[in-house]
Amino acid sequence: MFISASILDAEFMRLAFAAGAIVGVLAPAVGFFLVQRQMSLIGDGIGHLAFAGVALGYLINVDPVVTALIFSVAGAVGIEQLRALRRTAGDQALALFFYTGIALGVVMLSAAKALNANLFTFLFGSILTVTKGDVLLVATLGIAALATVFVLYRGLVAVSIDEEAARVSGIPVTELNVVLAGLAGVTIAVSMQIVGILLIAALMVLPVITASRIASSLQGTLALSMGLGLLAVIAGLVASYYLDLAPGGAIVLLSAAMFVVTALSESLMLRRA
Amino acid sequence: MPVIKTGDLGFAYPRGPEVLHDIDLSIEAGEFVGIAGPNGGGKTTLVRLIVGLERPTTGAVEVFGASPAEAQRQARIGYLPQRADLGIDAPITVGELVTAGRTPRAGLLRPLGDADRAAIEAAIDRVGLGEQTGRAIRSLSGGQRQRAFIAKALAGEPELLVLDEPTAGVDAEAQESLAGLLDSLRRDLAVTVLYVSHEFGAIEPYVERLVVVREKVVFDGPPSRLPDTWHDPSHVH
Repeated sequence: MFISASILDAEFMRLAFAAGAIVGVLAPAVGFFLVQRQMSLIGDGIGHLAFAGVALGYLINVDPVVTALIFSVAGAVGIEQLRALRRTAGDQALALFFYTGIALGVVMLSAAKALNANLFTFLFGSILTVTKGDVLLVATLGIAALATVFVLYRGLVAVSIDEEAARVSGIPVTELNVVLAGLAGVTIAVSMQIVGILLIAALMVLPVITASRIASSLQGTLALSMGLGLLAVIAGLVASYYLDLAPGGAIVLLSAAMFVVTALSESLMLRRA
Repeated sequence: MPVIKTGDLGFAYPRGPEVLHDIDLSIEAGEFVGIAGPNGGGKTTLVRLIVGLERPTTGAVEVFGASPAEAQRQARIGYLPQRADLGIDAPITVGELVTAGRTPRAGLLRPLGDADRAAIEAAIDRVGLGEQTGRAIRSLSGGQRQRAFIAKALAGEPELLVLDEPTAGVDAEAQESLAGLLDSLRRDLAVTVLYVSHEFGAIEPYVERLVVVREKVVFDGPPSRLPDTWHDPSHVH
């Protein structure tokens, strides 16, 4: 086929597809549990912290993906701890991390004289900058994160259904919450080059809320949300290649379109019923 | 050894008024105990102290001779919180809900074995939802949902089942059915049942012992000995 042959000729696209496929499956798999627990916006908060990590990478001349990974995992666990200790209301804890992260990032980037176009790669994603090393990192961390989700699936579901009942029944809720926060941090760090820090949270949420309108079981919702995430990323990368668009925007707009079409179809069917 | 023992138990929220004081209770294995009292009288706080979700400000609680935290770790308590409902947005079937309830007994990392699947199936059958295993919880009636949540708790094979206002929003027929189910659990499985409600309705004939709480225990005995003026425990003033 002309389109698929030409698009795969370019090595940067093969690398982008490889990393994107993992991101497309991982983001909804982790986002699934965040959405169930009404923590959909936590991805945005962690994204802002990842931005500070990227800035530190520029400042100390270390791979920004590595510093973003450290910042986003530590930040995600920090947000979870604040929430668990009930010292701060959930939205206040998020606001604290949101704004501190973005301010820290701006200060460090200006100190590093790095407030330039390269930054857009991390903010909105890019298909040109994914290297073989990035794909290796994304694959290693992504597969490890997916394996963790599947091994802990039953426990994560039990905590999502009712955290207090799970705690009383003997499930290690605190540990599972920390693991989930860490998974969210890893997901954002490995996804930022493809989808972008400012948009990755959408890929963690939109396929899940779309799938939950179609599927009739929890496992079905999880599987379908991963499928929709993968479809959005692949289609978004293709659109980004041919139309010269930032991939993050294309991926998220496609995810949003899937949700709108599903919601409209659902309301049409309800009217006819 | 009593299943639950409290001594001089008291609780107050930080910088808030005292909610409970001087609670001395001893509940034996296999008892079906109702906890009643007016709204705001401390019923829910008392059970939250018992199951280890709150820490007492005075006195102590022992569950199965240990701290509530230790009893949690031993996976011996099943708990249906007030307004138990789905905390999740996605559709979930009866089978998936009850399977999640097996986690404390099966462990986090071990795949479910035949014994686990049998326990899940038995829990669903016991609450009468055997034909509904594949149905979404949201499509069930209020009474069926409560049964599904009880099956979830039973799948963990608890020795103590604590239910906080389980019949809120459930019709009279479903309440009667729930009463019969809880009584059969106590008789067949020797589960100790602690049932919190501000009104008892259909469950009253099955409750062997009623504890009326209004900041402290103001009545503890068989429902038949409840003073006439207190017949409706929600109006204990």
